[in-house]
Amino acid sequence: MTGTRILIGKELLESWRTFRLPVVAALFLIVGLSSPLLARFLPEIIQAAGGEQFVTIEIPIPVAADAADQLWKNLGQFGAFAAIILSMGAVATERERGTAAFILSKTVSRGAFLAAKAIAIGVVLLVATILAVVVGWIYTAVLFEPPSVGGWIALALLAWLGLAAWASITSLGSTVTGSVAAAGGLGFLAFLILSVLAAIPNVGRLTPGGLAEPALNLAIGTPVELGDVVVPVVATTALIVACLAGSVWSFQRQEL
Amino acid sequence: MSASPARVVCLGLTKRFGGAQGVLAVDGLDLDVPAGSVFGLLGPNGAGKTTTLRLISGLARPTTGAVSIDGRPAATDGSAARRGIGVLDQDPRYYGWMTGRELVELAGRLQNLTVADARARAGTTLELVGLADAARRRVGGYSGGMRQRLGIAQALVASPSLLILDEPVSSLDPEGRRDLLSLIEHLRASATVIFSTHVLADVERICDRIGIMDDGRLVTEGPLDDLLGRYAQPVFRIEPEPGQSRTVARLVATLRATAWVDRVTEEGEGARLIVSVTDEATASAGLLPLVVAAGLQVAVYERARPTLEDVFLRLVGRVPSSREAA
Repeated sequence: MTGTRILIGKELLESWRTFRLPVVAALFLIVGLSSPLLARFLPEIIQAAGGEQFVTIEIPIPVAADAADQLWKNLGQFGAFAAIILSMGAVATERERGTAAFILSKTVSRGAFLAAKAIAIGVVLLVATILAVVVGWIYTAVLFEPPSVGGWIALALLAWLGLAAWASITSLGSTVTGSVAAAGGLGFLAFLILSVLAAIPNVGRLTPGGLAEPALNLAIGTPVELGDVVVPVVATTALIVACLAGSVWSFQRQEL
Repeated sequence: MSASPARVVCLGLTKRFGGAQGVLAVDGLDLDVPAGSVFGLLGPNGAGKTTTLRLISGLARPTTGAVSIDGRPAATDGSAARRGIGVLDQDPRYYGWMTGRELVELAGRLQNLTVADARARAGTTLELVGLADAARRRVGGYSGGMRQRLGIAQALVASPSLLILDEPVSSLDPEGRRDLLSLIEHLRASATVIFSTHVLADVERICDRIGIMDDGRLVTEGPLDDLLGRYAQPVFRIEPEPGQSRTVARLVATLRATAWVDRVTEEGEGARLIVSVTDEATASAGLLPLVVAAGLQVAVYERARPTLEDVFLRLVGRVPSSREAA
């Protein structure tokens, strides 16, 4: 698509200059640092807080799997919020400010405009996720034992796929409603609904939440059946593709 | 590098906002802008000028009708027809985090210039619009006039064969206005220029052809001299000596009751009277005696050359609202 490569460059430069990339990267870095620490020192934290004065809580000795689990949970929450915040203004802000008209008066298709935004958001989330997982791996290795490198790479990719799903749902909201607030609201609503659905057996595998089980099993080296990975990956990818296609379909019918 | 100027044809162009019962912004517009002309689109606020320009530039889609640029449809998303079009919006907004030079280079790259060409052309066009010194500053710190100059630079960077400018001089100071109008005049050989404005004097100065819109319709269109010949009536200008408001009012009443007087316009609370007449010979013989009979002491009495404003007044019934401000 004409102009996509140029627009991706512009989007990435914008992410850097407007501090989106550094801020998201810093947030993910904190997630990566804190998750293994929290997993390792949770018993001490509870003890220090006086949690055993009234009731006795049996806390198993923390292991590397707990660090992976904690990292996944934190990425699934803080990361998801970051993905939603990052994407809610993707199209709406450009339309409100009139900059979309500047770009689209050139030989750029609306599909290329949206593709560049989606790719740039994906890159920002990927960089931040890699940062979180690399730091998380190092701290897990220091505090526990070195985990499987391949398993943590799989965890990173699956976490990124889940975040990309929240970003694409929110981008769809941004395109359809043309409002930053409405897009953010739709992103959070979708996050809540899909998180609830993820707890339902069989249905959960078809949501981004279904990526958790295979991701954590791969991270701790537990054998995983191919179907357990493929089904949530395909379902989440289909959700992303559907949201992007919906965005293009809607945007092509809008006035600027 | 630039292609030859483009011809723009609108056929039955109609734009309705808000469904079948919504606002009719442009109503069945038929227009043929010859290649290489400077076309001025005039009209009061809400006449449909901006919508028309957005339809031509492909930023809005017509409800019915079509626009073609050199025979190719303009409305197609990201089409090749846009390759040779430079567009300046009425209230241009750009990325505040970019420098002026980066923005113009981006515009050039998105119009298929190579990196080297975009860089070279950005320097030239920024120089042309007087922004060379501010080229490395962030756009977020630009004033309204600078943003408008930047908008003109980004529209010109790829040497367009069609330039669409919506109120291009509205934020410029007198010097900037003069410079931009000269620039547009010089583009005549290489591009077709369509621009909207409220400033009738600017249109008179540089346009080959003029279209006047009102309520979404094209009221008339043609070369300035043709319009003056077709619509402008003979005009007499009278400037009374100060302090004769009652006498002026009496004369105005008399003139308005006279058969061969079409319209009397008072400017500056009676400081100047513009008298449009239907019969020049009768008026030449009869107007001055009426002035004398009213007892008015006159500083200036002359037969004036009809202007575009007279045509505009006759066709639309009022002058553009921001005329005084401009």
